[in-house]
Amino acid sequence: MTAPPIAAPTDVRRRRRPSFRGWQFVGPFMLVFALVFLAPIAYSIYLSLYRNRLVGGNSFVGLDNYQQVLDDPNFWSSVGRVSLFLIVQVPIMLFLALLIALAIDSGRLYGAGFFRVTVFLPYAVPAVVAALMWGFIYGSQFGLIGSINDALNVTLPDPLKPSLILASIGNIVTWEFVGYNMLIFYSALKVVPKSLYESAEIDGAGQYRTIWSIKLPAIRGALVIATIFSIIGSFQLFNEPAILRASAPNAITTYFTPNFYAYSLTFSGQQFNYSAAVAVVMAVITMIVAYVVQLRGTRDL
Amino acid sequence: MSRFRTVAAVASAAALALSMAACGSSDSSSDSASSGGGKAVSDADVTAALEKGGNLTVWAWEPTLKQVVAKFQEKYPKVKVDLVNAGTGDKQYTALQNAIAAGKGVPDIGQIEYYALPQFALGKSLTSLGTFGADGIKADFAPGPWNSVNNGGQVYGLPMDSGPMALYYNKEVFDKYKIAVPTTWDEYLDAARKLHAADPKAYITNDTGDAGFVTSMIWQAGGKPYAVDGTNVTINFSDEGTQKFEKVWQTLITEKLVAPVSSWSDQWFQGIASGSIASLATGAWMPANFVSSAPGGAGKWRAAALPQWTAGANASAENGGSSLALMDKGTADKALAYGFLKYATDGDGVQTRVDNGAFPATTAQLSDAKWLATEFPYFGGQKANEIFAKSSQNVLTGWSYLPFQVYSNSIFNDTVGKAYVSGTTLADGLKAWQDQSAKYGTEQGFTVK
Repeated sequence: MTAPPIAAPTDVRRRRRPSFRGWQFVGPFMLVFALVFLAPIAYSIYLSLYRNRLVGGNSFVGLDNYQQVLDDPNFWSSVGRVSLFLIVQVPIMLFLALLIALAIDSGRLYGAGFFRVTVFLPYAVPAVVAALMWGFIYGSQFGLIGSINDALNVTLPDPLKPSLILASIGNIVTWEFVGYNMLIFYSALKVVPKSLYESAEIDGAGQYRTIWSIKLPAIRGALVIATIFSIIGSFQLFNEPAILRASAPNAITTYFTPNFYAYSLTFSGQQFNYSAAVAVVMAVITMIVAYVVQLRGTRDL
Repeated sequence: MSRFRTVAAVASAAALALSMAACGSSDSSSDSASSGGGKAVSDADVTAALEKGGNLTVWAWEPTLKQVVAKFQEKYPKVKVDLVNAGTGDKQYTALQNAIAAGKGVPDIGQIEYYALPQFALGKSLTSLGTFGADGIKADFAPGPWNSVNNGGQVYGLPMDSGPMALYYNKEVFDKYKIAVPTTWDEYLDAARKLHAADPKAYITNDTGDAGFVTSMIWQAGGKPYAVDGTNVTINFSDEGTQKFEKVWQTLITEKLVAPVSSWSDQWFQGIASGSIASLATGAWMPANFVSSAPGGAGKWRAAALPQWTAGANASAENGGSSLALMDKGTADKALAYGFLKYATDGDGVQTRVDNGAFPATTAQLSDAKWLATEFPYFGGQKANEIFAKSSQNVLTGWSYLPFQVYSNSIFNDTVGKAYVSGTTLADGLKAWQDQSAKYGTEQGFTVK
């Protein structure tokens, strides 16, 4: 305001009247964002510092709940389970998605449009419906597995027994999300300039060399994004175990996945505070893992 | 400039978040003075309140209450009852607990299952009915349900329905393999073996671990694993009754004589209709479910008395059933609310509910000749109510649930469930259930032994 009049007039005006026009545009979003996103997080953290007991009431306990989470074998077993799921299921799913995307993109497939739609279709089925459907398929007494056993006079292993349940859920999730990831890869492949393929061909590169040296590096960003989405999705696994639990109550424990554990604690145990601590710890773990993957995946992009 | 904007955004968001958190921090632990020990409310006071009128909110999922409310409002036109279905069982309890914690939106009357009643009574969420003279109508109710609404010497609700147990069996299947209807659980075991040997696809029953079923079975065997005295709780799954149950049921599981099908699943209803699940031991509320969800079994099924642990005995137990209770934080006049409560559970409302298919908890209805003579087409015209009524009289007294049974039941399959799918024995599973329930109880401030 006290700037000498010699200074460039535009600068003065800028300094005197900072523009709030940008804020006017993002304001409504920020308001909703703070209300529905930041406020719940803050409230969870606030909740996690208290303990409400049936006898004795509510009291401030500081970080006790966090201490308890870190010492809780149920919590770590759930983290271990989703980590195993992540390490096995995510690579299989992404590899299949990539394979299909490359196949459709190669242009050598008859009815590529048909394939694209059919592979994507499961994603359009609501997760709850999908889990119910697969729950029926997996039924070894009166479900599809049971019918196959009867018809062919064989004894297929029960997909809902404790040793197979994680693989069975992996199968459902893969079925659901292959199409979604395929679409991400396929759209990334679509924007690769065709001229690159032509010059590769002139240089004498075969199909596999083109894939390895041009297509894959070109869609690396999409690969990283899909991986991060899948990691978050794995850590948040909830629908499938929650619904299959009706048919496999003994194979799926209340602490099967971290999210399901938090849910059980809240709605059966009334342990809102402890459940909030579980959620916060899990959010931190997920953020760390996703961040590491992002850092590594985009290191020299 | 962009940095300024980011900082401002974060700051305003944080401020908002903090103010939100402050709003949500209302503490609900303040004790209400009105629970128990208030001044006596006479029947005349209740009648006066009903004549004066007012508004009542009732949370319940029991379908026949709709007709009760209609008739009640006809009789007392100045009372307006708002019947809300806030979910079934657990879902309603969650909503109820949220409302209680928030201190507003609490209904005046809530439907609460017997196993969950102690939890709400302990949380001081319910008004003790002693001041209304509820002790005086004890004789109107069957002993099992009445016992269930008593907690620490106080009455916390009035029994609405009950679930005295019976054995339902598929007569067609039993006749086909010449299996006699078992009268003891040992005979039941033999029947299970005979049936499964004759048809490897048929099972005497299904079981994948159900807390309500196991506790009811232990109840019938004379076990008393739970003892509750205020905040002193004992959990002990090693008494004689529990062991009787363990012995028979462990054999059924080990020899793979029970179908690994969960109750209430589609597979279950298919099995009931097709005959591959040949019997069920469950509450007297089951017939309506047979009719609606397994119509294929109509005419083939029958009801019988529950098999016994000692030959010649006639012990029974309850499985399920609900009470109606006065919510302490309800805003309506308590005398008025009690007026509806009594109408629905002890007054004219009972007959309305029974006429619409509910299973009563009142002795008048349980001994009503017309009701007893009702023929069930699903059971081939059998007068099944006679069996249920007898079972209701024979329910063993002295059973109590934990003040945190809702939670305890939720971890049943984590612990006892292992016995159904691995080498863990039922005894080990029950021990683990006991330990984890005790751990929760201790965390919640109880003294657990």
